[in-house]
Amino acid sequence: MTGEARTLLQMRGICKRYPGVQALRDAELEVRAGEVHVLLGENGAGKSTLMKVLSGAVQRDTGDILFDGQPADIPNPAAARRLGISTIYQELSLVSHLTVAENIFLGKAPTRWPGVVDWKRMRLDAARILESLGTALDPDAPVRTLRLAQQQMVEIARALTDAARILVMDEPTSALSEREVAQLFATIARLTAGGVAVVYISHRMEEVFRIGQRVTVLRDGSHIATRNIGDVSVPELVKLMADREVSDHYPRRMHARGEELLRVEGLGAGRHEVSLVLHRGEVLGIAGLVGAGRTRLARAIIGADPVEHGTIAIRGRPVRIDSPAAAARAGIGFLPEDRKQHGLVLGLSLERNVAMSHLGALSRYGLMDRRAERREAETAITTLGIRTPGASQRVLHLSGGNQQKVVLAKWLAAQAEILIFDEPTRGIDVAARHDIYVLINAVVAQGAGVIMISSDLPEVIGMSDRVLVMRGGAIRAEFSSQDVTDAAVLQAALGMAS
Amino acid sequence: MTDDPQAAAPPRLKAQRARQLGTFAGLLALCIVLWAATPHFLTVSNLLNVLEQTSINAIVAVGMTFVIISGGIDLSVGSVLALSGIALAAALEGGVPAPAAIALALATGTACGLVNGVLITFGRLPPFIATLGMMSVARGAALMLAEGRPISGFTEGFRALATGRVVIVPAPVILTAAVYLVAHFVLARTVFGRATYAIGGNEEAARLSGVHVRFHKTAVYGVAGLTSAVAAILLTARLNSAQPTAGTMYELDAIAATVIGGTSLLGGEGTLVGALIGALIMGVLRNGLNLLNVSSFFQQVVIGAVIIGAVLIDMSLKRRR
Repeated sequence: MTGEARTLLQMRGICKRYPGVQALRDAELEVRAGEVHVLLGENGAGKSTLMKVLSGAVQRDTGDILFDGQPADIPNPAAARRLGISTIYQELSLVSHLTVAENIFLGKAPTRWPGVVDWKRMRLDAARILESLGTALDPDAPVRTLRLAQQQMVEIARALTDAARILVMDEPTSALSEREVAQLFATIARLTAGGVAVVYISHRMEEVFRIGQRVTVLRDGSHIATRNIGDVSVPELVKLMADREVSDHYPRRMHARGEELLRVEGLGAGRHEVSLVLHRGEVLGIAGLVGAGRTRLARAIIGADPVEHGTIAIRGRPVRIDSPAAAARAGIGFLPEDRKQHGLVLGLSLERNVAMSHLGALSRYGLMDRRAERREAETAITTLGIRTPGASQRVLHLSGGNQQKVVLAKWLAAQAEILIFDEPTRGIDVAARHDIYVLINAVVAQGAGVIMISSDLPEVIGMSDRVLVMRGGAIRAEFSSQDVTDAAVLQAALGMAS
Repeated sequence: MTDDPQAAAPPRLKAQRARQLGTFAGLLALCIVLWAATPHFLTVSNLLNVLEQTSINAIVAVGMTFVIISGGIDLSVGSVLALSGIALAAALEGGVPAPAAIALALATGTACGLVNGVLITFGRLPPFIATLGMMSVARGAALMLAEGRPISGFTEGFRALATGRVVIVPAPVILTAAVYLVAHFVLARTVFGRATYAIGGNEEAARLSGVHVRFHKTAVYGVAGLTSAVAAILLTARLNSAQPTAGTMYELDAIAATVIGGTSLLGGEGTLVGALIGALIMGVLRNGLNLLNVSSFFQQVVIGAVIIGAVLIDMSLKRRR
């Protein structure tokens, strides 16, 4: 794949701003016909946003896209498909009870006369396309009977019926076995031999070298470098991905590590097990890539998901935690990543949400003490600085930062001493982030212990006293705040010897 | 980048009161139309009659409101009503003293409801399916127990539950008011009430916050069974007879009263005051159409249209907010 392959796509100076986040600033990407171009970057580096711009799912603020040398406007996904740009997302978008052939030709079935599907031709065409991909799927099999890897093939086949010239694949191998990966790579090789370009997003370094011809690294929404795979090494790529000015917007605090608060030993299901210790006055960061098992760990600790083995001790005493209610009684509060789905009842008022974690303590003989409930909510509004017209405001109407404060208030009011934050600042704008950091430090200063799961490397490094790195459901490395670096954490998260 | 985009949005209570006021205005408008249309409507005896006739549906709607606020549905309330009534009548017929027979009826209804709840929480059945099954099981059990025939003829003392009056107010009206007061208190002031709203609003968030979801959800269906049994006692006393086929389609009347009153089928919101007004709208409508000699066939058309219209208006008001 050397020489003067034709440039198929050029994206230049792409900027995209979301409320509170500059997702892309001057991002660039140049893709040649027939190449596999790897897009690398940390979580939040802007890979997905750049691909959404390309596929018409979001609109760029500024910047140019040239397709085949022509300026291209991509206002919606249909326009992208007309140009020949197809995207295969991690979550597949097939209709599970329809057949393979029906899915491949969904919305564009061949017809004999208007409105009458030509089933025979559809099956034949589907079989032909599948064969060209090197797979022998039955066109009449319902999609729900297929394995994930096979469903992925159906998605690829569907992209080909759009005469795809660029295929974007977002972490296609994250759920595949090694054999299935090999087959997928063989299919990709067939496609590129036919002149199709593949933009391949992955975290897995070994794949980058196995399949890619060129690589573009994004960091903080900006284009960092584009290299031929033959000209770079793994450490070089890691440095390109991680190297940044360590900004000083994480508030400093005096840490006074106290007694042991939480001890988890061998907790997990199947082969996976995790042990960790959390002290009073400590922020324990847990880093790792998406899918490393961090949220699963948090949910296991609070009894939200069943575990097969392991023990938990709080302040040295063993406890049995088999439900979130038991965790709440034991003083463990969980602040989930998806606040709207898992953290709050959006239709209820602030005070009702705050009370939800400790209805027992707020009541006597099942009867709510409404004055105490109101008092607690009002205290929380003042001490946490929640911006709301009042305690009876529905949390639906609050901003992301204020919603997170309500979730925190819920656990502080329940007098939880162990707080588990999962991605505490996801979807929260910069100013409100700072508030959250200050609050985390404040609760730690008062003797609580905080576990902070975060995919945001600067955040987890800037806030934590110790950082654990997870990969494949297990803890792979531990760093103290003195010797932690971005590159070291990233290497441990990616699974490379340093 | 302001921190509170909709700081001016109205607090929850105000909006809810406004909606209830709207439903109440609908009831008033309906009364005014009927008052203008027929001289027989606005008389003390007729209004008391409407209240008395509405009492059964209104009591069943209490349990339904609990269930719907919790995000579920209960199709079995009519059949459970019949089974509780037959249990009551069989006990009375067998010489069991009235208070014990009433306790038996209440226990029967509550037990049916708890079975629904256990099937839904521990068996993880969708509420629609679990209560659909119970609808058939309870009906069948009622028919078996009564051998397909009504059980009739009770003591004056027992029948006073329906025929008695306090000054001029019929006993069923007072009983209904009592049920509503207690239920309102439970929903607004107790841990159980808080949990019911939280579970209906977001079950997973409630669970992760330490709410005992299974326990409370099971209890919610128990409440629906209990109120069905209360209605059964009233109906049996009024008719001086318990029919194994009683309560057919009552689940639909109860659902209608609840949704006319502004309770969302999605769960998480709703009030008993709304359900009461909803039940009254349906009762007044039936009564008025009877007074106007509208055929019973056409009555069904009108009632259906009112249900659809009320929810349409409610939804368009909600969207505007």
